[in-house]
Amino acid sequence: MTRRVPLWRDVRVLRWIVQLAIVAVVAAIVIWLYGNYTTNAAEANIPTNFDFLDNPASFQITGNSLSQSAPVRDALIQGLLNTLRVCVAGVIAATILGTLVGIGRLSSNWIVRKIATVYVEVVRNIPLALFLVAGLLVIVLGVLPNINDAWDFLGLVILSNRGLAVPWYEGGSGRGLLLIMLIGGLLWWAVARWRRSVSNRTGAPARSGLWGGLVFVVVMVVGWFAFGYTWSVPAVEGRATAGGMRVDPSFFALFFALVIYTASHIAEIVRGSIQAVPLGQAEAADAVALSGFQKMWFVVLPQALRIAIPPLGNQYLNLIKNSSLGAAIGFYDLTLVATTTVGNGSPAVPVFALTMLVYISLSLVTSFIVNVANRRMALVER
Amino acid sequence: MSDAIVELGSEPVIQPPVDRGPTTRRGAGVWVRHNLFRTPLDGVLTVVFGTISVVVLYKVFTFVFLTGRWEIIRVNLQLLMIGRFPAAHVLRLAVTVVGLAAWGGLIAGLISGRRARAGTARRLPLRRRAADLIGRFWALALVVLYLLVLAGTPGPWIMVGLALAAALVTRIAGGWLGRRRPNRAITVGLALLLAAIPPGLYLYVLAGLGFDEWGGFLLNLFLAVCSIVLCFPLGVLLALGRRSGLPLVRWMCTVYIEIIRGAPLFVLLLLANVALGFFVPTTLAPEKATRAIVVFTLFTAAYMAEIVRGGLQSIPRGQIEAAKAVGLSPVRQTVYVVLPQALRNVIPAQIGQLISLFKDTTLAGIAMGLFELLNVSSAITAQEAFRGQGLIGETITFAALMFWIVAFTMSRESQRLERRLGVGTR
Repeated sequence: MTRRVPLWRDVRVLRWIVQLAIVAVVAAIVIWLYGNYTTNAAEANIPTNFDFLDNPASFQITGNSLSQSAPVRDALIQGLLNTLRVCVAGVIAATILGTLVGIGRLSSNWIVRKIATVYVEVVRNIPLALFLVAGLLVIVLGVLPNINDAWDFLGLVILSNRGLAVPWYEGGSGRGLLLIMLIGGLLWWAVARWRRSVSNRTGAPARSGLWGGLVFVVVMVVGWFAFGYTWSVPAVEGRATAGGMRVDPSFFALFFALVIYTASHIAEIVRGSIQAVPLGQAEAADAVALSGFQKMWFVVLPQALRIAIPPLGNQYLNLIKNSSLGAAIGFYDLTLVATTTVGNGSPAVPVFALTMLVYISLSLVTSFIVNVANRRMALVER
Repeated sequence: MSDAIVELGSEPVIQPPVDRGPTTRRGAGVWVRHNLFRTPLDGVLTVVFGTISVVVLYKVFTFVFLTGRWEIIRVNLQLLMIGRFPAAHVLRLAVTVVGLAAWGGLIAGLISGRRARAGTARRLPLRRRAADLIGRFWALALVVLYLLVLAGTPGPWIMVGLALAAALVTRIAGGWLGRRRPNRAITVGLALLLAAIPPGLYLYVLAGLGFDEWGGFLLNLFLAVCSIVLCFPLGVLLALGRRSGLPLVRWMCTVYIEIIRGAPLFVLLLLANVALGFFVPTTLAPEKATRAIVVFTLFTAAYMAEIVRGGLQSIPRGQIEAAKAVGLSPVRQTVYVVLPQALRNVIPAQIGQLISLFKDTTLAGIAMGLFELLNVSSAITAQEAFRGQGLIGETITFAALMFWIVAFTMSRESQRLERRLGVGTR
């Protein structure tokens, strides 16, 4: 008869005991914290539920028509939209600038190489918060002119310390315009696909970008006139600009600080990825007499992109999280709306819990997109 | 590139083009044509960017030497560097700096002495070694010199002089000790001494003071160093937990790491500032600087855990199997075999994390109103003597220089360490 292992020496039992003990400790800490929270909140007579979302916000968001009596819910949604706006614009601009600087660091031109190196080494080692404060206090309020002698570019763009005003559409809804763009984009994609298949069959040059772009432009122009859109050009009227779209100076400062800071990190990723592409690829491109641009665009960059996607995704996540710093310079992003409503009497813990939840969801969605892109780009081996 | 083809056996091997830099033997004209005007486009780039860089350099030069009004920095230097640190106890800071210099010198000496004993040291003549040191630290030395000149009192000069002397003496002593045959008593004594110096200095400098009155650049450095030291054990535990075979533990660690990594540090700091009082009994609610350290520690631990996890994954399975084969228990496998190798592999990444934490300490000033360098530099522009003169440009530039010099030196040293450790090549 085999003797059973006693319980206290059975590894399977021990493993579960250890785990349950750790879980018990963690649970005890969480329960203790939560208990403290409920008693403290009850003592101070602060609600712990989410009813505050329906209370009037009683503050205004600059550059927005939200009224003072609108509920906190709407203010938070406006804040989220502002965050998304600066993040989307920032990710696109930072990617472009970062890629250019990254290529510049490997340029054969001595001056370009040195400028790119100095840019990266200086910007990477300075805190983002400094760029924000400098962007708002030094550039916007110190360098940009007063509204009365605003800089005027060709009568289209007006730049002053009140912000930037650019021509914008008028006479229809934004959704309609987005729809036209979507249709144009889909047609672009279809035409490009068709051109590539033609090229594969006949060997004629595909020129998919040219054809697709042309179709897109035609759709946009037709849609523009069919739905009766017109341009509205900004002009200085008294102490403000009228017409067009006004970009708040705080948006301006946040956008540029995020782009300049993130681009320095992206440049290093791009440089590393380009250097990781085997040298033979570039030499093969030289051997078939591609031009410098063609070599980069068709041979080196696509392969570098494959290596660059995961770290690039990290930088995008950082940019999204760093956008919360806009609160420091008065840009009404989600964070500033949250702190303002807390200052106006909304309970702090639920507001911040909600804010964190939104940021975590944004991060998860972004990393999901990056993962999908990574899977599509990854080399399929065997 | 035709001259780059060399015959090797029968196959031509193409060598990568070598960046020869400005000091090539072929004349300057050839260099200019090769590096600035290779193609028409290249020429355009050279002209455009050359003009831009000349303009920028000119602007920077005039700002630094002509138009910048640096009086505000000179007057407020003490506030910028150490905040409202009690004047009666500034001597403690000086002693701490000297002590830390001696500590660092001793460690460097011991390492090089051990190397010399093992026969793996690079033997460099003194002149090469000096050139090496200058190449590594010239920027830092220049900034320190600038600060000393700006301070204008003998105290800081004496402190820096003593620190350098202490570092030199202990470097030599450490080298001598390291080259000797290892003696159990000496080894244990040295280990204890090295482990005791930083906490000892910490207690000495804080005795009866607390750090709520600290400020300026000192606070930035202190927050960063404290948090990185405190987060280290937590990060290692989280990394081990995330890779452990116990499903509940693994699950909890993963949730913690992903939640913290998804949330912005700035929001966490705001939360701690506004809402921490709700979660602990009011008597326990800590002061602001402590809160900041807690948040930085909990935040950085999640990132540290991911870095350490990378290191753990880089250890070949054979190492663990070998440890099992010699009969080590699971804990000993981890402590004696896996962790030492894993942690060595991730030292550069950890320094990178330290740099980013160091830069993030400015957020504590914005979110919590701590009196750190960025806050000081905007606060002093509102002083009576300097109000309304638009001096924020000068003070921000000074703050940027301080952050830049520390972060730049650290990242350079980390790259050097990476090369010397041979991460990724072994």
